[in-house]
Amino acid sequence: MTTDAPPVAARAGSPAPRRRRSHLGDRLTLSRALPMVPAGLLLIGFMLGPIIYSLYLAFTDSAIRGDGAAETSFVGFDNFMDAFTDGDFWNAVGLTLIFTVVSAVIGQNVMGMLLALLMERANRVVSFLVTSLIIAAWILPEVVAGYLLYTFFASEGSLNTLLTSVGLPAQDMLFTAPILAVSFANIWRGTAFSMLVYSAALSSVPGDVYESAALDGAGPVRRFRSVTLPLMRPAIATNLMLTTLQTLSVFGLIFIMTGGGPARQSQTLPLYMYEQAFSYGQLGYGTAVALLLLLIGAVASIVYLRLLPEEDKR
Amino acid sequence: MSATTTRTSPQGRTRATPKAAKQGSRARSASVASTVVMIVIGLGFVVPLLWVVLASFDTEASLSVAWPDRWSLGNFSAIWNAETTFRPLLNSLILCGGATIVTMCAAILCAYPMSRFRFKAKRPLLLTVIFSTGLPITAIMIPVYSLFVQVNLVDSMGGAILFLGASSLPYAIFLTKGFMDGVPVEIEESAWTEGAGVLRALWSVVIPLMRSGLAVATIFTFVSMWGNFFVPFMLLLSPENLPAAVTLYTFSSQYGQVAYGQLAAFSIFYSLPVVALYLFLGRSLGQGFAAAGGVKG
Repeated sequence: MTTDAPPVAARAGSPAPRRRRSHLGDRLTLSRALPMVPAGLLLIGFMLGPIIYSLYLAFTDSAIRGDGAAETSFVGFDNFMDAFTDGDFWNAVGLTLIFTVVSAVIGQNVMGMLLALLMERANRVVSFLVTSLIIAAWILPEVVAGYLLYTFFASEGSLNTLLTSVGLPAQDMLFTAPILAVSFANIWRGTAFSMLVYSAALSSVPGDVYESAALDGAGPVRRFRSVTLPLMRPAIATNLMLTTLQTLSVFGLIFIMTGGGPARQSQTLPLYMYEQAFSYGQLGYGTAVALLLLLIGAVASIVYLRLLPEEDKR
Repeated sequence: MSATTTRTSPQGRTRATPKAAKQGSRARSASVASTVVMIVIGLGFVVPLLWVVLASFDTEASLSVAWPDRWSLGNFSAIWNAETTFRPLLNSLILCGGATIVTMCAAILCAYPMSRFRFKAKRPLLLTVIFSTGLPITAIMIPVYSLFVQVNLVDSMGGAILFLGASSLPYAIFLTKGFMDGVPVEIEESAWTEGAGVLRALWSVVIPLMRSGLAVATIFTFVSMWGNFFVPFMLLLSPENLPAAVTLYTFSSQYGQVAYGQLAAFSIFYSLPVVALYLFLGRSLGQGFAAAGGVKG
């Protein structure tokens, strides 16, 4: 967005030479828009098409088996009413919120910010090694990450080996608190993103701002609260929005670690949606749940956009 | 009480000593504390990674991280065959490589007019692209599956490639346009005056100048597709089409008793390409991505 500004300014400053023979900076004509066609077709066919189709599908009884499979009929708001009266749906909504708040809003963000701050002070070699590990956890395929953290939290897994070796009681989080186990897994997997965003944002904060704050007698905590945080507000709001949207749609990690169980205790909305649509074959109902998931994402995005300072909002 | 006095007395003396010395020692202790915290966090992150490395060399691997009694390549040789390892990896390469080519070609072509010409709908179009980067793909997989059933594209590699390519397109357009804006128009103008056409100028002037940016966008697209599980899990069915992401999942469900050593060895084979690409690009992958996408969204 801001990248548009320089060419526009240049254009306004020197209109005469530009108009002579170059075609750049000119209006877009039909033939000049031609290169955009492949991308347009792909996006319309595979993104916009399914979204519009889902608006139809959510109001039908479309199914893989049974009545809706042979002849799909329009059922109005029935799917949404079914969802709102289904305890499992509200269970999934609650777990999705816990998962998102614990792993993205708190976990990844705080951890990412902490690491970005530590990176500036800690020993260079150590911070290079540790951040490499964290980025490795992020770069690994989702299924691999799922297995790694399954073995970590399993009752005969690494965490219990470590805990018992120092005399602490063993845990069985995959059964006692599966939603926390998958949340920690998502922190493990996703922290690198916030860390990179925040360390890029921190490095763009000019150093003399800190110096003058220090001269005014502000301690490290005060400097962080009154100088760093306000300057990083756009980065924080954007990062919160992106991590929230990513976390809302996490499927593979939970599917591999717990499959949503035991007894739906880690069944977030994507897993509930998948179960309804494919295990029970109710495509229409599953689509309605997917639309509600999109709605939650949209509401969260609007909230975060309001956090942005006025001048960045445009 | 005595502790406070000993602490205040040097404070009193600092009036005489230069302020920098106090700040220097404080910076040093902050650095030591930061390093210690960093190491603790690093230990938390390293254990699961350590498991997969150690277990892959241990034919009797359990769920817990443990030093192998006997180091062996048995796990690797057990999965060293076409059916378990090579075909899924080849499928992954076809799926993700094909989709990356689709995405990047469409993104470069689409970014060029958006970067170089003026039009009224530019801002709304760019905002649409940015907002669709945040669209959770998980949420549209059911209608996509349902549509694919109707047009008979389920279990077709071509269909999966096109969908995967389209789903990465918004972000690739956004990244590519950002890099393209950084290429000065003046250089291109001389190509125009020499009579080069749109595609010619794009191919021989603009693309070479944004090579490093394109490398970042391409590798990022490929890496995120390589790790994608849900899309091939939904759209591909027959065993000979499944990429490594899906066969790794069936690894555990297929035989009942899971050979964790072999699972770890397969995970390593499957993860190697993305780790190698990451090492090749270094941090510019993460940083270019975070700077372009995260901060100025």
